[in-house]
Amino acid sequence: MKNFEQLTDDLAPKKFGLYGKLWVGFLVIIILGGVYAYYQQFTKGLAITGMRDYALWGIYISNFVFFVAISLVGSLITAILRLSGVTWATPLTRIAEIIAVAAIIMGGLTIIIDMGRPDRIYNLFLHGRLQSPIVWDVIVVTTYLTISILLLVFPLLPDFHILSKKFKNNKKLSNIYSKLSLNWDGNFYQRRIYNWSIRTLSVLIIPVAFAIHTVTAWLFAATYRPGWDSSNFGPYFIAGAFVAGAGGVICVMYLLRKFRHLEDYITDYHFDKMGKLLVLLILVYIYFNINEYLVPLLKNTEKEAEHLKSLFVGEQSFLFWTVIFGGLVLPATALLFKRMRKPFPLFIIGLIVVIGAWWKRFIIVTPTLLHPFLPIQGVPESWRHYTPTHLEWLVTWGTLAGAMLIVTILVRYVPVIPIHETAEERGIVEPRNTERNEAK
Amino acid sequence: MTKINEDCNSRRKFLDKGLKLGLLSVIGGAAVAKSLEEEEMVELMDTDGNIVKAPVSKIEEHSSIKGDHYDTREGFPDKKFVMVIDLARCNNSLECQKSCNKNHFIQGDNAWLKIYNMQDNPESSPYWMPTLCQHCDAPACVKVCPVDATFKRRDGIVLIDNERCIGCRFCMAACPYSVRIFNWDQPDQGEIKMNMVMEHGDVMDHNAPYTPDYAGNPSLKGTVDKCDFCAHRIDQEKLPHCVDACPNGVYFFGDLYEDSVTNGSETFQLSKLLKDKAGYRLMEDLGLNPSVYYLPPKNRQDGFEKGLERYNEFESVEKVKKS
Repeated sequence: MKNFEQLTDDLAPKKFGLYGKLWVGFLVIIILGGVYAYYQQFTKGLAITGMRDYALWGIYISNFVFFVAISLVGSLITAILRLSGVTWATPLTRIAEIIAVAAIIMGGLTIIIDMGRPDRIYNLFLHGRLQSPIVWDVIVVTTYLTISILLLVFPLLPDFHILSKKFKNNKKLSNIYSKLSLNWDGNFYQRRIYNWSIRTLSVLIIPVAFAIHTVTAWLFAATYRPGWDSSNFGPYFIAGAFVAGAGGVICVMYLLRKFRHLEDYITDYHFDKMGKLLVLLILVYIYFNINEYLVPLLKNTEKEAEHLKSLFVGEQSFLFWTVIFGGLVLPATALLFKRMRKPFPLFIIGLIVVIGAWWKRFIIVTPTLLHPFLPIQGVPESWRHYTPTHLEWLVTWGTLAGAMLIVTILVRYVPVIPIHETAEERGIVEPRNTERNEAK
Repeated sequence: MTKINEDCNSRRKFLDKGLKLGLLSVIGGAAVAKSLEEEEMVELMDTDGNIVKAPVSKIEEHSSIKGDHYDTREGFPDKKFVMVIDLARCNNSLECQKSCNKNHFIQGDNAWLKIYNMQDNPESSPYWMPTLCQHCDAPACVKVCPVDATFKRRDGIVLIDNERCIGCRFCMAACPYSVRIFNWDQPDQGEIKMNMVMEHGDVMDHNAPYTPDYAGNPSLKGTVDKCDFCAHRIDQEKLPHCVDACPNGVYFFGDLYEDSVTNGSETFQLSKLLKDKAGYRLMEDLGLNPSVYYLPPKNRQDGFEKGLERYNEFESVEKVKKS
């Protein structure tokens, strides 16, 4: 069994190697591309995108929905699993929270990117009207971000304390960690507040997480449009969000295990469990998909029929079936086999699920808009279709790279596996006496 | 303001007169009954089309339809504007659209007023359907606007404050009539506005401060535009541009409270017109309560085919030639 020193050595943040630096450089270049493209958009207007009066929301909005979706994994793993007494997920809580915080920050930014007049965002506060689902979204997104950050930071306090001791040779770094630990020394009262706060936040974040994605679903369901006009949209979005988030956690945990050599902490057992969880989540999501597409298909009202036709056999059919089969049905089937729940195959499946989840949002957002109630007439032929422009893709990639960069930076400076909790779970005692002597 | 017993054929005076009728109906018959014989009487038409006499002293003179305390977000006092579109008369002449585009300086690719080539089912006859903002009483767009940029007034008009709009386009997603257009870039209105000044002389005041009453003057990048029911024309006691421009008298504009609509040359009692000709509203089942009524395309003046020559499926705004 490892002693406390080995444990902290394993889990403490480390400087990036060559791959790490290349990765950061790569992300920064993509982000700069996005910044350049956004500058073009800011000066010339949204005309540089492929959106027009019919396809009035495009990949920015579907990207926003994707970010909100993937951020829900924070509540799934840190809150739902924690409260239901699932202990195997403890090493994954921090990864999930990091993904949640990164995604929700970029999600908020993406919605601003989509605005025609981002310079007037203050109007939301000056003239905000509570009856608009967008205002609800602003409220729940900021609430969710706040709780997510707290849920990331609180369990970090003991870890920061441990790190400040570990890096005592590096005065500057040690000082920063010491300040961040908010004077944690692990006494009885601190522990009581600590445990109570985390439990309270875990309970609080569940309704907020459900609210954030339900409200996002309502941005669509609150309209009359075929394909959106559904009372099922909230749960449908939440089910899909957990799929995307679980896929995201699987990808990040695989990469971290590989590059940070965390095989002793994230084991095959964890992958197996995550694989099984993903199957369950995908099955629930497929159930909601059947609801969303089969019921309108049976009724087959004029406009629904037009919309469904474009998805099933028309313009969007290739994308639609690729997403449904490639992104949901096949992964779920593959994951039924134990062999596919080994780390590497599961990583590939997780990646496919995440990419599928991104395109699924695209399939939900834009095709509906291209089937309005009145026929599309009196506008250029190109307005009947939607193809994102290069600049639009650059901005979108920039936001995705931005989320990954936030994850990467947090991974660089924060223990990706909770040291304190792992030590407690494994019964490894922190050498407290020596520490007190040193402090004197 | 003009005297009340003047020749009332002029459509310019229609709205003026309408206002006074409205007042009269408020004052009611009681005032008329009470009036003394020796007082000077004027003849007025009530909402049922009967000629009644009213004492001069009971008629108030208003300097403007706007009233004394006009508020852009409240609208014209004691008014409820409606439009009736007679599909039987429309032959896709496109004059309404041209006039609307020109007078609102529309420079994008999508007009605010569109004439759809419609056919409800393969067995029924095709027809032309002009569509503009329906100015709903329960507007879906206003419900979803996060910043109160698009708003509903007491007089029935739905407007957009394009100095407040943040460009989220939620209203466009919410509107089932697809009447809202977005300024994807900064519209180049300079040329067309210059032409307007030369044609109309000093009628257009381009230096006047921005008001949502006059949509498109100016249009702004990143904001939403749509039909404003020509609120700026009502103030000048004129009919909306589309009503004025239509050579076939398709459009009728008026006031629900006065129960009368006019296309400039003919005036009808609104309730009777809708009853007689089976008026209906678009997508009634959505419960938005539009202010625009349609009369079915029955007993048409021209065949449908005549309009096909002018029908352009992919264009609704003629581009101004840059000289």
